[in-house]
Amino acid sequence: MSDRWRHPAIKAIAIGCSAGGLDVLHVILPLLPADFALPVVVVAHIGPSAENLIVGALRRDCLLPVVEAEERMTVTPGTIHVAPPDYHLLVEADHTFSLSVDSKVNNSRPSIDVFLASAADAWGSGLAAVLLTGANCDGVGGMAAVKAADGFCIVQDPATAYAPIMPQSAIDAGIADRVLTPEGIAALIVSFHSSSHKGAVA
Amino acid sequence: MPAKSASIHSIELDLFIEAMTRRHGYDFSNYARASLKRRVAGLAQKLGFASVAELLPRLLYDGDLLPEILAGLSVPVTKMFRDPMVFKAMVETLLPMLATYPRLNIWQAGCATGEEVYSLAILLEEAGLLHKAQIYATDINDAALAKAEEGIFPAKMVEEHADNYLHAGGTRTLASHFSLGYGFAKVSGAIKDHISFAHHNLVSDGVFCEVNLVVCRNVLIYFDRHLQDRVLGLFETSLSRGGFLCLGSKENIAFSAAAPHFTPVNAALRLYKKSGGTS
Repeated sequence: MSDRWRHPAIKAIAIGCSAGGLDVLHVILPLLPADFALPVVVVAHIGPSAENLIVGALRRDCLLPVVEAEERMTVTPGTIHVAPPDYHLLVEADHTFSLSVDSKVNNSRPSIDVFLASAADAWGSGLAAVLLTGANCDGVGGMAAVKAADGFCIVQDPATAYAPIMPQSAIDAGIADRVLTPEGIAALIVSFHSSSHKGAVA
Repeated sequence: MPAKSASIHSIELDLFIEAMTRRHGYDFSNYARASLKRRVAGLAQKLGFASVAELLPRLLYDGDLLPEILAGLSVPVTKMFRDPMVFKAMVETLLPMLATYPRLNIWQAGCATGEEVYSLAILLEEAGLLHKAQIYATDINDAALAKAEEGIFPAKMVEEHADNYLHAGGTRTLASHFSLGYGFAKVSGAIKDHISFAHHNLVSDGVFCEVNLVVCRNVLIYFDRHLQDRVLGLFETSLSRGGFLCLGSKENIAFSAAAPHFTPVNAALRLYKKSGGTS
């Protein structure tokens, strides 16, 4: 609440994570209230299994609906969308998802960089991107793209991260607008929702 | 006012699409733009250009560059028996139904370097159906088609995908379908004889024969809804009454204009049957 928000209204939240990410998602996402009105997109590094285990795991704890992102699906407000395993997830200018099986980027598919680059194009300054724990550097280039498009970059405090390399790399690259604990990240995301309400009234 | 680099990149992509359409007759305007943008940027970089804009003069004036550009734009990532459960379902569900036909025409659209079409042909051979099958494998990428037609893969690949082959319902050994030597594995002639590789562009080319099965996996995800509708319509027209369609595991026809023409055989695995016939 103390975080005065003077940025243009945030329209979408993108969250990238790798090693240790599921635990942090379980802290942040259940704190989003049932009337949270922004779309959330999660890109997490998981194995190429046929089942999307994250969707089931988050569904149990979250107040918001949790779905796997499908090609041509329109990004839905108040919904948590999770990238499918073994595909890159992208978002188009009309805010529909697309998928690709192009080569891995940063040894990852889905790659956080791939999603964030497309999301920076699609939402520009309306995007808030969150980079959580991870043991490689995927996501850092994507956060830079978000920053270049005037989006807002939030990074997990490496001291609270299971694998600090990914958040620390983003901080070292000088692209973090906020460095916060998982609980702090959740509070900030919830405040975007309130400010977007105000924006809607104005 | 300084322009955002994102908007400059968007102009570059528009110019590229315009040049490809008007200079070379390849229309990418109905490709899903976000992934196309990545591929075009990757292509410019691979060819040694600092930007997509710098690639444009070569694209316009050097006709010999076209194959390389098409190869760069359809970066094939395919492996043998990708999603083995899908192949298993084809063996267990589709092949018994197809076995009753005197002759089988199969179209694999977007075959890239051939791993998947050979996977299918191997299973047809083991099911005793290959002798009456003619498989058409098409792509817009001539470099990939040439490689596919050669049918020579690293020997390591055969080892790596031996498990997938068994999960897919293979009844012998994957290696038994190849001749191995010098670190390479060559697809047996008995299998290759039943596959014709040909250039075909799903954007602009039409139906070329009647087929009993269309396999087109992870191609539609690169198209926008308009082009998806066109291509699914093309498949529907190409399929014989009661013919089958197999799409990629994350591809969805539910919202497509062609959806009423297909009924799911196994919705989770994206196997469909052309409806409207009783045979």
